[in-house]
Amino acid sequence: MKIGLFIPCYVNQLYPNAAIATLELLQKLGADVSYPSKQTCCGQPMANSGYEHLTQSCNDLFIENFSGFDYVVAPSASCVLHIKDHLHSHADEKAAASIRGKIYELVEFLTDVLKIEKLDACFPHKVGLHQSCHGLRGLHLAQMSELVAPDFSKPKQLLNMVQGLELTELDRVDECCGFGGLFCIAEEAVSVKMGKDRITDHTKHGAEYITSPDLSCLMHMEGILQRNNSKVKIIHIAEILNCSSIKA
Amino acid sequence: MKGTQDHAALAEAFNKDEDRVDWHDGALWWIRQKRDRSANQTPQWEELREAASAIKSNVISNLHDYLLQFEENLKRNGVKVYWAADAEEHNQIIYKILSEKNINQMVKSKSMLTEECHLNEYLAERGIDVINSDLGEYIQQIDNEPPSHIVLPCIHKKKEEIGELFHEHLGTEKGLSDPTLLTRVARKHLRNVFMTRRAALTGVNFAVAETGEYVVCTNEGNADMGAHLCEVQIASMGLEKIVPERKHLGVFLRLLARSAIGQPITIYSSHFRKPRPGQEMHLVLVDKGRSALLARPDFRDSLKCIKCGGCMNTCPVYRKSGGLSYHNTISGPIGAILAPNLDMKKHADLPFASTLCGSCSNVCPVKIPIHDQLYKWRQVIVKEGYSASRKTFSMKAMALTLSSPEIYKTAGKTGRWILNHAPFAINNKFNPWYKQREMPDSPKQSFGEWYAKNGSKS
Amino acid sequence: MSSRDSILAAVLKNQPPLTSLPDISGFKVPEEDLVEKYKDTFSGIGGIVYSAANMEAVKNHIRENFDTGKRIVSTLPALSDVAEFCSASVEPHSFEDVELAIIEARLAVAENGAVWLTEEVMGHRIIPYISQHLAVVVDESVIVSTMHEAYAKIADEEYGFGGFIGGPSKTADIEQALVLGAHGPLSMTVYLIK
Ligand code: SF4
Repeated sequence: MKIGLFIPCYVNQLYPNAAIATLELLQKLGADVSYPSKQTCCGQPMANSGYEHLTQSCNDLFIENFSGFDYVVAPSASCVLHIKDHLHSHADEKAAASIRGKIYELVEFLTDVLKIEKLDACFPHKVGLHQSCHGLRGLHLAQMSELVAPDFSKPKQLLNMVQGLELTELDRVDECCGFGGLFCIAEEAVSVKMGKDRITDHTKHGAEYITSPDLSCLMHMEGILQRNNSKVKIIHIAEILNCSSIKA
Repeated sequence: MKGTQDHAALAEAFNKDEDRVDWHDGALWWIRQKRDRSANQTPQWEELREAASAIKSNVISNLHDYLLQFEENLKRNGVKVYWAADAEEHNQIIYKILSEKNINQMVKSKSMLTEECHLNEYLAERGIDVINSDLGEYIQQIDNEPPSHIVLPCIHKKKEEIGELFHEHLGTEKGLSDPTLLTRVARKHLRNVFMTRRAALTGVNFAVAETGEYVVCTNEGNADMGAHLCEVQIASMGLEKIVPERKHLGVFLRLLARSAIGQPITIYSSHFRKPRPGQEMHLVLVDKGRSALLARPDFRDSLKCIKCGGCMNTCPVYRKSGGLSYHNTISGPIGAILAPNLDMKKHADLPFASTLCGSCSNVCPVKIPIHDQLYKWRQVIVKEGYSASRKTFSMKAMALTLSSPEIYKTAGKTGRWILNHAPFAINNKFNPWYKQREMPDSPKQSFGEWYAKNGSKS
Repeated sequence: MSSRDSILAAVLKNQPPLTSLPDISGFKVPEEDLVEKYKDTFSGIGGIVYSAANMEAVKNHIRENFDTGKRIVSTLPALSDVAEFCSASVEPHSFEDVELAIIEARLAVAENGAVWLTEEVMGHRIIPYISQHLAVVVDESVIVSTMHEAYAKIADEEYGFGGFIGGPSKTADIEQALVLGAHGPLSMTVYLIK
C-alpha cells in the first residue's frame, strides 16, 4: 500500500512539525509513505474566494504528483475536503476522479483504512477538541450536532487511545472558529469574535491545549491566544497521536 | 438601509459593542438549542426533512401546472387572483384594490414579500397608511428600520430600547421595559387598529394547489384578527409557496415551528379558502425574480425555503453580526443566497459573509444546500466581474505560484512565501489579520526542506 | 402578453424535469397514550387542560374560573345556560367584548396540542381569535397522534375557513421573553371529555 503524503502549503511552511509528526506516525504504523516533492497546494484559497476557474494548473499539478499512489493522506481536513469536492481536470478527469476517491484526512485514514485500535502515545494534558467544520460537516469525522442521528467521533476515538490525555468539555460542541479562509481577513471583526468565543469555551472548561485535525482553524486561534498572552497552546492532532511517553 | 456599507463594515460596527454581540449571540443560540430539543423529540425527523425537500423538488419541477391548478381553485372559491411580475406591479395591484374601495388605512400581518416590495412606503406616498401588526414588525416599523430576522424581526433590540420607542410613539411612561407590560400596551393599541381597518393584508406560508386554500401561520393571532374583521382581505405570495395537496401541509406544519423556535406548531395555522359572506378576498401571485431563479440549476433549490429562520439562528456569522448588517430584507444565510439573484452588484458581498461552516444546511427543514450555494455564488460573482480587481490580481499571482513547484519552492526558501502572499497571513501590520491576532511563527525550515534532508532516512 | 402569461411562460420554460412526490404514508409514531400525550404537550405550550366527566362539569369549571358577569358565547347547545349562542350572521366587530368563547373541536393532535376548528363550529370566524379567553371542548376519542393523521381525517372536508389552534396567543418578540396573550386570547383551556 503506497501512500502519498500531501502536506498543504501553509502546513509545509508554517507548521512543519505537524507534517513531520504525520509522517512519523504513519511510518510507525507500518505504512509505506512518501512525499512527492513537487506538490504545492490544493487550490482552496482561490476557489473559496470565488476563483475556482484559476485553479486548473494547480489541479493538474496535484494530479501529476499523486496519481501513482494507492492513497493520498493529509493532515488537514479542509484541504482534503476541497480536493474531494473540487478536484477536476480537463486533461484527465479519470485521474482526478480516482484521487477524489482515495484521498483521506489523517484521522479518518487511521480509523477507517488502517483501522487502528491502539496507539503507543502519551500526552498527559487536558485537551479540548476543535471540530473543524470541513472535517465535521464535510468529511463527517464526527456526528454533527444539528442532525438527529447517532453520536460518533473519529478524532475522539483516537484521542481516547492516548495515555494520560483528558478530553475537556465544550458548551457548543461543533461551533465554527471563524477562520474561513479569506473570511478571516475580509470579515476581520466577526472572524476574531468567533475565534475568541471558541477559545473561551475551551479555556473555561480547563483545556491546556486545543487540538484539531485542521491547522487553519488552529492557526487562527493561535494568533488570538498569543495576542492575549494566553498560556493555552494549539497542537495538531498528529502531534498528540505521535507523542511517545519519552517526548511528553 | 444604511448607505452603501458592505456586510463586513456593518458587522464591524456591530462588534464595537461586545456585550451586545454576546447578548445577541446568546439569544439566538438559545433558540437553536430549543430547535435541537424539539427535533430530537420528533420521531423520524431526518425523514421528515427529506420528505419536505422532495415535495418541494416536485413543486419546483411542476410549478407551471400547480400554479394553474391553484388559480383555477381560487377562482372557484370566489377569490380574485392577480399576477405581478415585480415589486412595482405588486404594489400597483394592491393600491388599485384599496383605492377602488376608497380605503386609506390597512393592517398587515407578517409578510417578507411585501417588505421586499417596499409596499408600505409605496402606499404611504399615495396617502394610504399601513400598520404592521406582528409585534416585532410593529416595533421595527415605528423605529423606521427593516426587520433584522424573518421570524424575530426585532431580535437585535433590547427591551429598554423598545420601551423608549413606546414612550415616544404610544405615550407609555418613560423607563417602562417589562416585556409583558409592553406587550399589553401594544395589544390594546393594535386592537383598536384591527377594529377600525376595512382592509387587511397577510402573507402566505403555504398555498395548496389541490384545494385553492392558503395557510397563514402566526403565534400572535394578528393575521386572523386582521383578516376576519376586515371587508377586503388581501394575500400576497411568492410563486414558490405552493404545495401540491392538502395532506402535504402535515409535513410542513410539523417542521416549520420546530425548526423556527422549537415549538411543536405555530399557535395559529389558519386555512383560508373562501371569503366569508360580505367579504372580498384577493390574492396576488408575485414572481419578482422567482421564474429567473428557476433557470439557475445551481440555485433553484433556494425556492424551497419555508422561511423558518433556522439557518439564521444557527449561523455564527449572523449571530455575531446582526441581521441589519446584511443590508437586505432577508438576512442571514438564506438572504445571502437569495439576494444575488435579484441584484448581484448590490449583494456581491453577501455570499462572502460566511465561513462555509455548513451548519445552515444541516438545520434547514427543506434541506437546501445553503453553504454549497454560497460557494457557487462566489464563483458566479467573480466571473461576472463583481469582485475587486485588486483581489483578482492577487489571486492570479497566487495561482501562478501554486501551479509552479519551482517558483513555490524558491519563494518558500526566501522567507516563507506564505507569510508574504497568502491572503490570510500577509506579513505586515496593515493586514487585518494582525489587528487582533499574532502572526504564526516562521519556522527555520519548511517540511519540504526538512524532508529533502531527512525524509529518506526516517 | 399579460404578466400572468409571461410569468407562466417563464416558469414553464425554466422549471427542471419533473420529479416525483415522495410517499408520506410511513410517518408513524410509536404506540402511546394519546390522552396523556395530549395533556403533556398542551400544558407544555401554555395551555390549560381539564378532564371533565361531562358537560355539567364543564359548566361548573366555567362558573368557577371565568367572570360570568362578562359576555360568554358558545356554539354548544349544552352550554346555553352559561353562554349566549353566537351566530355567523352578525358583524364580526360585535364580538369585541367577548370574555370567553367555548367551542367544540372535532379533532385534536397529541404531538402539538392543537385543535382543528372550522368556521361551522366557531360560529363566526373571528370568535376564537377575538375573545379574551378561549375554551375548547374535546372528546378524548377525537385525539389523533400526528398532523399526518389529522389531515387524513380532514381529508377533503369542505370549509371556507379552518384553523389549527395550539394554545393561547403568544409572542416572544421582546427579548425572547414569552408573553401569553399577544393579539388573541390570553388563555386557552381544553376540556377533555371521556
Ligand atoms: S433556508 Fe431553510 S433554514 Fe433557512 S429560512 Fe429557509 S427553510 Fe429555514
